[in-house]
Amino acid sequence: MASAKTPKPDELIAIRYAPPETPWMETPTVFRPGTWSYSGGAKSLTALGLPNPRAWQPSDADWKLPENWKEIILEGMRERLEKYRSFRLFMELCVRCGACADKCHFYIGSGDPKNMPVLRAELLRSVYRRYFTASGKRFGKLAGARDLTIDVLKEWFYYFYQCTECRRCSVFCPYGIDQAEITMMGRELLNLVGCNINWVMEPVANCFRTGNHLGIQPGGVKDMLEFMADDIADRTGVRVELPLNKKGADILFVTPSGDYFADPGTYTCMGYMMLFHEIGLNYTFSTYASDGGNFGLFTSHEMIKRLNAKIYAEAKRLGVKWILGGECGHMWRVLHQYMETMNGPADFLEEPVSPITGTRFENARSTKMVHIAEFTADLIRNGKLKLDPSRNDAYRVTFHDSCNPARAMGLFEEPRYIIQHACNHFHEMAEDTIREKTLCCGGGAGLGNDENMEMRMRGGMPRAMAVKQVKEKHGVNRLACMCAIDRATLTSLMDYWVPGVTVTGVHELLANALVMKGEKERTTDLRGEPLEGKAADETL
Amino acid sequence: MKLYNRGMVIAGIVVFLIVATFPLWYGRGKAVPPPDLKLDTPAIQGLKEKLCVETAPYMRANHMKLLTVWRDDVVRKGKRTYTAMDGRVHQISLTGTCLGCHSNKKQFCDRCHDYSGAKPACWSCHIIPEEVR
Amino acid sequence: MIGQHLEISVLAILILTLSALGIAFTPLSFLLMVILPYAAFVIFIGGFIYRVVKWAKAPVPFRITTTCGQQSSLPWIKSAPLESPSTVWGVIGRMALEVFLFRSLFRNTDVAIVGQRPVYGSAKWLWFFGLLFHWSMLVIVLRHLRFFIEPIAPWIKGLSAIDGFFEIGVPTLYLSDLTVLAGLTFLFLRRMAVPRLRYISLVTDYFALLLLLGIVTTGLLMKHFFPADLLHVKNLALGWVTFAPAAPKGVGTVFYIHLSFVFTLFVWFPFSKLMHMGGIFLSPTRNLANDNRMKRHLNPWNAPVKVHTYEEYEDEFREKMKLAGLPLEKE
Repeated sequence: MASAKTPKPDELIAIRYAPPETPWMETPTVFRPGTWSYSGGAKSLTALGLPNPRAWQPSDADWKLPENWKEIILEGMRERLEKYRSFRLFMELCVRCGACADKCHFYIGSGDPKNMPVLRAELLRSVYRRYFTASGKRFGKLAGARDLTIDVLKEWFYYFYQCTECRRCSVFCPYGIDQAEITMMGRELLNLVGCNINWVMEPVANCFRTGNHLGIQPGGVKDMLEFMADDIADRTGVRVELPLNKKGADILFVTPSGDYFADPGTYTCMGYMMLFHEIGLNYTFSTYASDGGNFGLFTSHEMIKRLNAKIYAEAKRLGVKWILGGECGHMWRVLHQYMETMNGPADFLEEPVSPITGTRFENARSTKMVHIAEFTADLIRNGKLKLDPSRNDAYRVTFHDSCNPARAMGLFEEPRYIIQHACNHFHEMAEDTIREKTLCCGGGAGLGNDENMEMRMRGGMPRAMAVKQVKEKHGVNRLACMCAIDRATLTSLMDYWVPGVTVTGVHELLANALVMKGEKERTTDLRGEPLEGKAADETL
Repeated sequence: MKLYNRGMVIAGIVVFLIVATFPLWYGRGKAVPPPDLKLDTPAIQGLKEKLCVETAPYMRANHMKLLTVWRDDVVRKGKRTYTAMDGRVHQISLTGTCLGCHSNKKQFCDRCHDYSGAKPACWSCHIIPEEVR
Repeated sequence: MIGQHLEISVLAILILTLSALGIAFTPLSFLLMVILPYAAFVIFIGGFIYRVVKWAKAPVPFRITTTCGQQSSLPWIKSAPLESPSTVWGVIGRMALEVFLFRSLFRNTDVAIVGQRPVYGSAKWLWFFGLLFHWSMLVIVLRHLRFFIEPIAPWIKGLSAIDGFFEIGVPTLYLSDLTVLAGLTFLFLRRMAVPRLRYISLVTDYFALLLLLGIVTTGLLMKHFFPADLLHVKNLALGWVTFAPAAPKGVGTVFYIHLSFVFTLFVWFPFSKLMHMGGIFLSPTRNLANDNRMKRHLNPWNAPVKVHTYEEYEDEFREKMKLAGLPLEKE
C-alpha cells in the first residue's frame, strides 16, 4: 500500500470552514488516503491477547468484525459509564455552545466539522442517547440519537484516530469536557472489537515484551547508548559512563525510547548523559524499563497499566531511591496522572531529594518521580552548572509546549528557565499558541505515521504557522520541545510548512552550553555543526 | 447504594435542597391572610354606587398605568379631566380624586403595595396630605 | 434536518402556548394552578437529585485535572493557584471562578485563515452574553421570591430596588429583564446565524432558548402591557407554599401561558442539558487538584492486569543480556 501523496502547502491551506449541505448524521465518512492510519497487525494483537486479531484495513468494505460486535460495543459502553464518572458526565453535560469548535488543530487544519470536538463527541453521544437514555430511545434523531451501525463504527474509527488527545478543547470548555477522555473511551470500545491502528499496536506489543516501543532488545539499548557516548567523547573529549540495570544506583532514569533511537532525540539523550556525568549523579538506565512512553494511553486504561507496571517494578528490583523521567509528553501524562493510582503506592521509594542541591521535590513526594526539567532547573538555580549560552548563538530558539506537560501537568516555567540559561536568543510564539493554549504537533496519540501524513500536516498547521511567524519576525531557526513524539513529528511538520527550522530537545540546548570538567575546546555542537563565531574553516 | 465522593455530593444535594425549597421553609408553612384592604372610609361609605374611576378588577391590575396616563395628561398636556369607560368624567388629581375616597393610604395603598412588593413612585413628587398619613 | 430542529422547537413552543390558552378558558385551569405546581416542583427536585446521584454512583478512577497554569513545583517558581490548583482552597477558587464568572469561556477565541495563516481573535461575546443571561436569570428568580414569602425579606426589596434603579417607566422596568432578553436573543441568534453552530444544534438546544425566551416575554408582557393582578398572583403563590392552594379567577391569559412555560421548564430541566447547572460541580477536569504526584489518588476498581515481569523479560533475553555484559538476576 503506497502512501498517498500529500498535497502542497498552498493547496492544503485553502481551508473552508463552511459545513456541508447534508446534516452530519447523513454525511458519509470517506476514508481518503493520507487521512487515516493502517490497521493494527494481527501479530501484535495476538501477542497482547487482544480481541479479534485479523488481516484487514480501514478502507476495506468488510471489517471482519465479530458477529456480536454491536452487543460487545454497547456492553462496553455500559461498563465504562459505570466505571468512569468522566464518561457519563461528558456524555450528558454538553450544551453545544461551540466554544471548543475552532480550538481543535484538526478542525483548524481541515475544516471538517466532525473534527470539532463537540461533534467528535456527538459521534459517541448520539449512540449513547439511543441506547442509554429514555428520550433517545423514544425520539431518535430528534433527540440527537442514532442507531449503532457499521457506518457509525467506521466513522468512530476515522475520527477517534483523528484526535491526538491533546486536551486543548478541554481548556476552553465551560464544563471542562475533555475530548481526550471521550476519544480514549471511543478507542477502548473500538479495541473491544479489534479496531485499532498499527502505529499504536505494534509499539504497544513491543513495549510489553522488550520494555520499549521500538522493540530494542537489551544489547541494542546498550549499543545505542555506547554509540552516543562515543559521539559525546568526539564532540567534548569527555567520556561519560553508561550505567545500565545497575543495582545500588540512587536514581532510575526513564526516558522515551525515541530518545535513543533517532535524531534529533538522540542529541537530547546525549544531553542527559552529559549532564548526569558532569554532576556525578549515581543513576542508571534500565533495559527492562527502557521506555517511559506509554502507547497504552492511546489504547485503553488497562493497557496503560500493563505497560506502566515495569517502572515501579524495576525501581524496586534495582533498589533505587527515586525515579527521574526524561523529556516526553504523553509519558508524563501517564506518570503524573495515572502511574501511582494504577501501580502504586510507591512506598518502597524515598521522597525525591536532589543529591546535588539537597532540594526536596515536594511536588513529587508521593509518586517519587521527578521531571528532568524540574531537576535541571533546580541545578541551574543553585548554581551547580557552568553554562556558556553563547555556544547556542547560532540558534534563534522558540519553545513548543507539548500538550500533555502543558495541560495535564502545568509544566511551563521549568523548561523556559533552562532554555533561557542555555541560550541567548529565545523568542516566544504568539500567546494563543503556547502554554495551556499550546497547539499540537498533529502526530500525537499514535497518529505520527507516514500513511496519515496529510492529516498530520493539517493538524500541525496551526503550530507550524505560529513557528513561521516567529521565524519571520525574529529569525527563529530552532524549535525546542520536551516530547519525543514532537521531536519526530515536528521535524516533518517544519520541513513541510516552515523549511529551515530544526527541532531540538531542551537538554540538547543545555548540553551544548554545558561547560564540562576536562572538556576540550568545543568547536561544534552536539550535532557536529560548527559553533557560531568559531572559524568555520577550522572544521572544514 | 454506593456514592463516590459521598460527603461532597450529599453536601451539594443538601445545599441545593435548602436553596430550592427556600419559600417552603422560610415562612414555616404559616398561612398568611391576604391583606385586608379597607374600603370603609367615610367618603366611600357616602357613595351611592361604590364604584372607583373604572371597575375594581381593572383598577387592581391597571391603576398604575392609569395614574401614569393621568400624570402625563396633566403635566404634559394640561388636560385636567378623565373620561372613564362608562362615560363618567373625573377630575385628574391623585390627592383630590384618588385620596379623596381612599383617605386611608396606610390601610389601602400601602398594604397591597407592601404585600406584592411594589414600590410606587407617587410620593417622590406628591406630598402625602396630613389627614391621609 | 438542520432546519427541522429549529422548526420542531418552534412547533413545540406553539403547542405549549395553545395548550396553556386551552387550559385558561376551561375548568382545567384548576389543574394548572393547583396540581401542576406541585407535580412540576417534585419532578424538578427529584429529577435533579436523581441525576446527581446517578453521576455520583460512578467513581472518578483517575485524577485527570486539566491544568491551565503553572504547576506547584519548586518553591521559587511562581505557580498558578487558581488555574492549576494544588490545594483544596485553590480548587474551590477555581470552581468559583468557573461557576460565577465562566472562567474557561472567557478564554474563548475565534480563528480565521487570514493571508494563508490561522489568526486567533478574541471572542468574548459568547462569554459576555452567556454570563449576562445567567446572572440576569438568577436576579429574576430571586426577585420572584417576593410572591412566595410574606412579609417580603428586605434583601429581596433591596435587590428589586437596585434592579429598577433607573426607574424607567411605570411600573419600573427592571434591568435584569432587559439583559436577560439581550442574553437569550444573542444566544439564539448566534445558534441560528453561525453555520457551524446551526450544524451541531439539536431540537433541545433551540427549545431551551425558546422556552426561556417565552417565559421572559410573557413575564414582560404581564408587567408592562397586560398587567396581572398582583394581589391574586401573590395569593396563589403563597397558597402553594403554605399547601393551601386556591385557583384565583381572572388573573389574565398571559399569566396562564407564563405558568405553563415555567412548569414545563421545571419538568424538563432535570432531564435536559440544563443539568449542566449541577454537572459543572462534578466535572473531574475542573474539580480536582493538580496534586497528582503529591497525593495518591485511589481507584476503587483498580484490579490486577496481566503484566510482563522482569523475570519473564530476563528469561527471554538472558543470553543476549549476558552477551552484552548486563547484570543478571539468574545466571
